[in-house]
Amino acid sequence: MMKKMLFHFLMLFGVWLLFTWTLEIPDVIAGVIVSLILAVLLNSIFDGEVTSLLNPVKLFWAIIYIPVFFYHMMVANLDVAYRVLNPGLPIKPGIVKVKTKLKSDLGKTTLANSITLTPGTLTVDIKGEYLYIHWINVLSDNVEEATKEIVDKFEKYIVRFYG
Amino acid sequence: MITFFTIMLSATCFFCLFRVIGGPTPPDRTVAIDVLGIVVVGFSAIMALITGHDYFLNIGISWALLSFIGTMALAKYLEGRGFDE
Amino acid sequence: MSELSTAAAVFISIGVAFDLIGGLGLIRLPDIYNRLQAATKCVTLGTCFILIGVLIQFGFTSIGVKAILCLAFILMTSPTAAHAISKGSHDFGIKLWEGSVVDKLAEDKSKE
Repeated sequence: MMKKMLFHFLMLFGVWLLFTWTLEIPDVIAGVIVSLILAVLLNSIFDGEVTSLLNPVKLFWAIIYIPVFFYHMMVANLDVAYRVLNPGLPIKPGIVKVKTKLKSDLGKTTLANSITLTPGTLTVDIKGEYLYIHWINVLSDNVEEATKEIVDKFEKYIVRFYG
Repeated sequence: MITFFTIMLSATCFFCLFRVIGGPTPPDRTVAIDVLGIVVVGFSAIMALITGHDYFLNIGISWALLSFIGTMALAKYLEGRGFDE
Repeated sequence: MSELSTAAAVFISIGVAFDLIGGLGLIRLPDIYNRLQAATKCVTLGTCFILIGVLIQFGFTSIGVKAILCLAFILMTSPTAAHAISKGSHDFGIKLWEGSVVDKLAEDKSKE
């Protein structure tokens, strides 16, 4: 409980320091006051799942995940750019259904956002453990094969830091 | 060089405006407005590059967050629900 | 302004080109979901590249750090907005383009 509030306070204060980019005393004091008020007021809204990143092993995997994600994002963009610039419009769109093993809401959100920013896929809806994904070039409409194609490459990383 | 960047970004803005005006359905317009918001953030980054003042990026950050809230409101409207759900 | 360094110019050129491709995709692709694909992905990455270029040009000064913050906010908000729009337009009743292969979501909705 206190740990959650402290984590949010430090996060807000860090963003404040980066945003004002000074270390003058009045600015820092104003930042402490504003972050403290926000952390206390919004404590009931945040569910505190982010605090699992305080574990160093999980933080390590979260940092490893960033370059992996950027690599897939670059590939995705070149792919979409090719499809847009090609005069024949080689697209074969459709909405497929995939299954995820992730339990926590934050993990599902991270997975859905990663899928949206990467190769030709866009999360349309989440119902329980199924994700509905719009795919610009459908390779298979079978649930298992689509899961293997879309979800697995992110899930094996996300499961290590958000479970 | 900078002139070239601004011309390209203006062209992107015109594509978005074309979709806002001519989009056959309401969701098409919503997408175009969302994209326009992100392109304006790029514009403010270019402005910071030209002038060397940091407040253009303050504008960019506020613009990104406000355009996100606007897009969420429009999406909730499309879903046919109230704004407070 | 100061002289634009080569690395920054390269990054910003790539970013602007991706922005333009995203805008072109918004015009060319046939239906709302495909437009979202091109628009969100290309324009988000393009703007990220512009911000990285600004970061390279100014280094870790107040402008560079604000560019990093802006980048983080865009990477968090843009896919969420795309997700909201696509769900909204599916609920609004927009059909997929006639060349589409499969629509599992509509099938599951009609079963309920």
